[in-house]
Amino acid sequence: MSYFVDENGYYGDFGGAYIPEMLYANVAQLRQEYLTIMALPQFKSDFDQLLKDYVGRPSPLYLAKRLSDKYKAKIYLKREDLNHTGAHKINNTIGQILMAKHLGKTRIIAETGAGQHGVATATVCALMGLECIVYMGAIDIKRQAPNVARMKMLGASVVPALSGSQTLKDATNEAIRDWISNPTDTFYIIGSVVGPHPYPDMVARFQSVISEEMKVQLQEQENRENPDYIIACVGGGSNAAGAFYHYLDDDSVKLIAVEAAGKGIDSGESAATSVLGHEGIIHGSKTLLMQTDDGQITEPYSISAGLDYPGVGPLHAHLYKSKRAQFLNATDDEAMKAGLELCQLEGIIPAIESAHALAALDKMTFKSTDVVVVNLSGRGDKDLETYIEYFDL
Amino acid sequence: MNRINKKLKSEKKLLSIYFTAGYPQLKDTVRILKSLQSSGVDMVEIGMPFSDPLADGPTIQNSGSIALKNGMTTKLLFAQLKDIRKEINIPLILMGYLNPILQFGVAAFCKACADVGVDGLIIPDLPVKEYKELYKKTFEKYGLLNIFLITPQTTDARIRYIDSISKGFIYMVSSAATTGSRNSFNANQTAYFKRITTMNLENPQIVGFGISNNKTFTQATQFAKGAIIGSAFIKQITQEGLSQIPNFIRKIRVS
Repeated sequence: MSYFVDENGYYGDFGGAYIPEMLYANVAQLRQEYLTIMALPQFKSDFDQLLKDYVGRPSPLYLAKRLSDKYKAKIYLKREDLNHTGAHKINNTIGQILMAKHLGKTRIIAETGAGQHGVATATVCALMGLECIVYMGAIDIKRQAPNVARMKMLGASVVPALSGSQTLKDATNEAIRDWISNPTDTFYIIGSVVGPHPYPDMVARFQSVISEEMKVQLQEQENRENPDYIIACVGGGSNAAGAFYHYLDDDSVKLIAVEAAGKGIDSGESAATSVLGHEGIIHGSKTLLMQTDDGQITEPYSISAGLDYPGVGPLHAHLYKSKRAQFLNATDDEAMKAGLELCQLEGIIPAIESAHALAALDKMTFKSTDVVVVNLSGRGDKDLETYIEYFDL
Repeated sequence: MNRINKKLKSEKKLLSIYFTAGYPQLKDTVRILKSLQSSGVDMVEIGMPFSDPLADGPTIQNSGSIALKNGMTTKLLFAQLKDIRKEINIPLILMGYLNPILQFGVAAFCKACADVGVDGLIIPDLPVKEYKELYKKTFEKYGLLNIFLITPQTTDARIRYIDSISKGFIYMVSSAATTGSRNSFNANQTAYFKRITTMNLENPQIVGFGISNNKTFTQATQFAKGAIIGSAFIKQITQEGLSQIPNFIRKIRVS
């Protein structure tokens, strides 16, 4: 079985490009050109250099000794939290801004939920001197004031999405509507492995630097390229896609995807799409999504703004259905506890998204020789207010 | 013969109206249909509300949100339309997004359409390739015409291809935009209308997006077989209620 996208844009039963004709020309151009552009020597050297000198890659693979002692396995953290802007998101925006330049686009749009992808997009637009418009749910704008300020300082316009539930899915709808209305000069930088083909594949390829580095780093530190487990959190699923990418075809590496259970799977306030979702179409892609019996997309919930998306990328839907990856979930409480534990055991404050991946450690049993990599997708500075409120600090 | 094909054979320019099922009130669907038919509208598109309508501008989005809040569902819509062919003889097209149709079940949906007397479907996010490979047979079994969209960005080759698999009309989107009203068409748009006209396609074209009044209707139908009014109609019933529908339709026809 293949875990990579086929020539029609599908991962098994999932993917495709379910888009209105108004977007066809733009998406078709990208589909026809993205692989060629990514293979250009100039593109590759620009991408590599910016990842090295601007983002600060390679990100360290750190053997977390006290965490290892506690869970009785060799646990490594892939430190995406040390990237410029504080998360893995920048790997993708660097790639896509270079793609936009090669396609001759001059105006950049993006959607954002918590603001991390918005900040990463505003950052690369400032770097390249391109106009940047970020759509953000009106409710999220209120909840995430520091990131709104960051985007503005970086020169982006932040436009409130006032439709629907006024959160991430609606910001995505608004960005797509903008793209429909501006079909010639505009490039849409999608922040996760979601959207119509070729976006899920393109974003996964840009994020695949994570697992590419892991192979080299494990070889150096463990004298083997493959870990026994890779654990990553999944909202849309871009950090997991990047952490899994170069191991997808190797069944000896167990892939663990951790979704946000919110207040509990059955609480009505959850974002665990693989458990609660059904096959359907969201944002141009056939995948698993949370919806009513009538096919209306529902609003998910998680304490972590980066995980409360009602779908998962089509790659993850395929990994779930084919059982290539094991899907676990962590509640708000479990994630917050795991986040605080990392602070106290290792001196690292993780993003609450990443804390969901850490929470999976407690749900698994390891052999003492197992090599486990947890993708620490982001740092927790942005979540301080949530930590303060939750732990009454 | 399908009612749409029959209507397309008539001499006159066709006026088609889009409205959202379940808006402004849940039970307005049939009332609006009757009023449109008696006002002389040639064809109707009944919008099935969706939580995430990518191609729609604010007016239609808002009507859809309210319809969903009112309790509209696909199942309920079919129940409302159950006896519609006792009173309505103009062609009826359902327009909506693919996800609710997938959840209903494509075959069950098509059968329900045929049972109540729906003639065609417009599903903006159904790709041409998937339609042809997965759904065409089912649509045809139930006598449903699938209507495809083209836009100013659609290449001639793709327009020819879409024309070759269409059996009713082609929905010509007037400009690069989501749905919504405009006061007149500019030179670029009329050049695009002309370009399509000179292609001599098999299927007649009906223009949608941006038609709001007699001026835009006349401009569009100078080149096309007909035109569709959506947002402007929704605005009209929002502001003045259902009683003024005949008046609104008359003004579209007469300058």
